[in-house]
Amino acid sequence: MNITSLYPQWVFTHGPALLVVLPLMMAVITALLPSKNAVGAKLAWLFTLGTVVVCALLAFALLMQVISHGPVSYAMGGWEPPIGIGYYIDALNAPILLLITVIGTLCMIYALPSIAAEVEPTKRALFYSAFLVSFAGLLGMVATGDAFNVFVFLEVSSISTYVLVAMGASRDRRALTSAYNYLMMGSIGATFFVIGIGFIYMQTGTLNMIDIARVLQDGGVDSRVTKLAFAFIVIGLGLKLAMFPLHTWLPGAYAYAPSFVTAFLAATATKAALYLLLRFSFTIFDPSWDFVAKSLMYLLAGMGIVGMMVASLQAIFQNDIRRVLAFSSVAQVGYMLLGVGMVTTLGLTAGYLHMLNHAIMKGALFIAVGAFWYRFGITQVSDMKGLGKTMPLTMAGFTIAGLSLIGVPGTVGFVSKLALVRAAAENGWWWAVGVIVVTSILAIIYIGRLIEQAYFHPAPKIGNKTVAKNEAPLAMLIPLWILAISAIVLGINAEWTTSLAEAAAHVLSGGPIVEFPHAVGGH
Amino acid sequence: MSPHLILKVVAKMLIPLIALFGFYVQFHGDFGPGGGFQAGVILAAAVILYALIFGVDAAKKAVPESWIRIGMSFGVLLYGGTGVATWFLGGNFLDYTVFAPHSTHAAGQHWGIFAVELGVLCTVTCAMLAIFYAFGSRIPELSDEDW
Repeated sequence: MNITSLYPQWVFTHGPALLVVLPLMMAVITALLPSKNAVGAKLAWLFTLGTVVVCALLAFALLMQVISHGPVSYAMGGWEPPIGIGYYIDALNAPILLLITVIGTLCMIYALPSIAAEVEPTKRALFYSAFLVSFAGLLGMVATGDAFNVFVFLEVSSISTYVLVAMGASRDRRALTSAYNYLMMGSIGATFFVIGIGFIYMQTGTLNMIDIARVLQDGGVDSRVTKLAFAFIVIGLGLKLAMFPLHTWLPGAYAYAPSFVTAFLAATATKAALYLLLRFSFTIFDPSWDFVAKSLMYLLAGMGIVGMMVASLQAIFQNDIRRVLAFSSVAQVGYMLLGVGMVTTLGLTAGYLHMLNHAIMKGALFIAVGAFWYRFGITQVSDMKGLGKTMPLTMAGFTIAGLSLIGVPGTVGFVSKLALVRAAAENGWWWAVGVIVVTSILAIIYIGRLIEQAYFHPAPKIGNKTVAKNEAPLAMLIPLWILAISAIVLGINAEWTTSLAEAAAHVLSGGPIVEFPHAVGGH
Repeated sequence: MSPHLILKVVAKMLIPLIALFGFYVQFHGDFGPGGGFQAGVILAAAVILYALIFGVDAAKKAVPESWIRIGMSFGVLLYGGTGVATWFLGGNFLDYTVFAPHSTHAAGQHWGIFAVELGVLCTVTCAMLAIFYAFGSRIPELSDEDW
C-alpha cells in the first residue's frame, strides 16, 4: 500500500512552508495562553504536542515524496527562486526534518512530567512557546534553499534555545552562566556564518543556494573571496555543531538546561548544523576544489579525530552524568566529521548514518537521566548506586542506549561504527580504524562506569530502610522505550536508515546542485 | 513648581509629533523609504521618551505591560495570518496576488504588504518597549537631586 496516497495533495505542494509556518504560528498562540493557572500550562502542552505531531506527519509525507518523486521545491510568495526565497527539500535534508520532528514529538510526551517538575507554573506556557520557536527555527534552517534565510532561522532557533537553557535556573543557578556562555559562542558562530554569506553574495550576487552553486561553477574557484567565504562558513557552523576546539559551550548548556531541553537539543540542534555544513561544503561549494577538499580532509577529519580522543577522555573524568554524556556528544560529532572528511560515498554514508543513529541513542540517554533526577534528584555519577533495582525499567532503557553508544553488535551504534570502519579501511586510513577502536574502548569506560554504579552497588539506605523501587512515570518511560527499542530494531535491521543515508550520500557525491527542479511548488 | 518643567512641556509637544511621524513612515513606506520596522522603532521611541521624562511607572500606565505581550504576538499573527489567508485563497504562502487576482496595478500586492507591515509595526513597537521596560524597571528611581 502506498502511504503517500493517504495524504491530501496540498501536503506535497505546500508542505515545506507549512512545516515551518505551523510551529511559528502555534508558538505565538501558545504565548498568548493564560499563564497564571495550571490549566493554561496544560493547554500549552496540548497545543505544542499537537503541533509537533502534525509536523512529524508532514515531514514523513515529504520524505516519502522525495524518495519516490525527487526534490520538492516551494516558492515563497509565488516568487520563483532565485528571485524569491525558495524552499528546497531533497534526500539530504528530508531525513533530518523527520528526525527533528519525531524527536520533538517524543520529547513533548516526556515534557509533561519533566517540565511540571522543573519549570515554574507561570513560565510554562512561555516555555512551550519558546520551544516551538526553536523547533520552527531548526526546521526552517534545514528546509530552506536560501542561504540568508538559513542565517535567519539559525538565529531564530539559537536565541530561543538560549532562553530554554536559561530556564534550567530554577533547578541549578549555573544554567544562567551556561546560557550566557552559549549565547556568546553561538552569536560568534552566527556572525561568522553571516560574514561568510556576505562574501558569497559579494562573489556571486545571489543568495539562492542553487544559484550560488551555478555562479560559483563559473570561475568562483579562483576567487579569494570564495575561499574566505568558505572559511567563515565552516568556522561559524563549526561553532554551532560543536566541532572539537569550538565545543566549549556544549557541556555546560547540556548539563544545566531542563532535562527536556537537553534531550531535544542533544538529538537535533547539532545535527541541523552538521546538515548545513554538508549542504555548503558539497552542494554549494565543490568538494573537488582544492581548498574545499583540503579543509574537509585536514580540518574536519583532523579535528574530528582529535575531538574523538580528547572529548572521550574528558568524559571519563566527569562527575556529573549529563556532563559525561555531553562530552560523549562532542566525541560522537567527531565520528560524523571523520566520515564526512573522507569525502567518499562510503564515508559520507557512514557519517550521515551516525548522525541519525546518534540522535536516537543520545535522546534516550538524556531522557533516562532526566527521569533519574525526576524521581531521586540524581545528577552525580556516584548517586547512581542501586538504580538497577530502584528504577529497573528506566535503567534498562538507559543501558540499551549506552551499549549502543559503545557500539555493541545488535544496536544502531554498531551499525554506524562498522560503516565508518569499513569506509576508513576502504580509504586506506588504518590509523582512523585504530582511533575508532580506541575511542570505543574509552566509551566502554565512561558508559561502563555509569552502568556499574547502577547495577553492582546496593541501593543507598535512608535510616535503616533501603530506598524503595520508584519507577519513572509512564510519560517518561514511553518515549525512552520507543527510542531504546528503535535502537535495537534499527540496529538489527538497518536497511531503512542505511538506504536513507545512502540516498543522502548520493546527493552529496553528485557534486554541486546547479539546476532548479522543474516542478517548482510540487505538482 | 515641578522640576524639569521645560523638559516636560517640550516632550509633551514632541511626543504626538514623533508618533505622527512614525505613522507617516509606516503608511508612506509603500512609496518612499520606510516600513514597519522603522516606524515601529519611531513609535516606540515616543513612548520611551515619555518614560524618560515622566518615569517608567507613568509610561507603564499609558502603555501597560500586559498589552506588550499581546501586541508582540498579534503582530506575528497578523503577518502569518496574511500568509495563511493567501493559502486559503489558493496561492502560495504570502502570495499577495490572490487578494486581487484581476487587478492591473497589482492591488493585491499593495493590500498584502499593507497587512504584513502593520504586523511588523505592532511587533517591533512592542518588542522595543518590552526590552526598554525589562531594563528600565531594574534601575532604582533617581531622586531629583541626583540629576
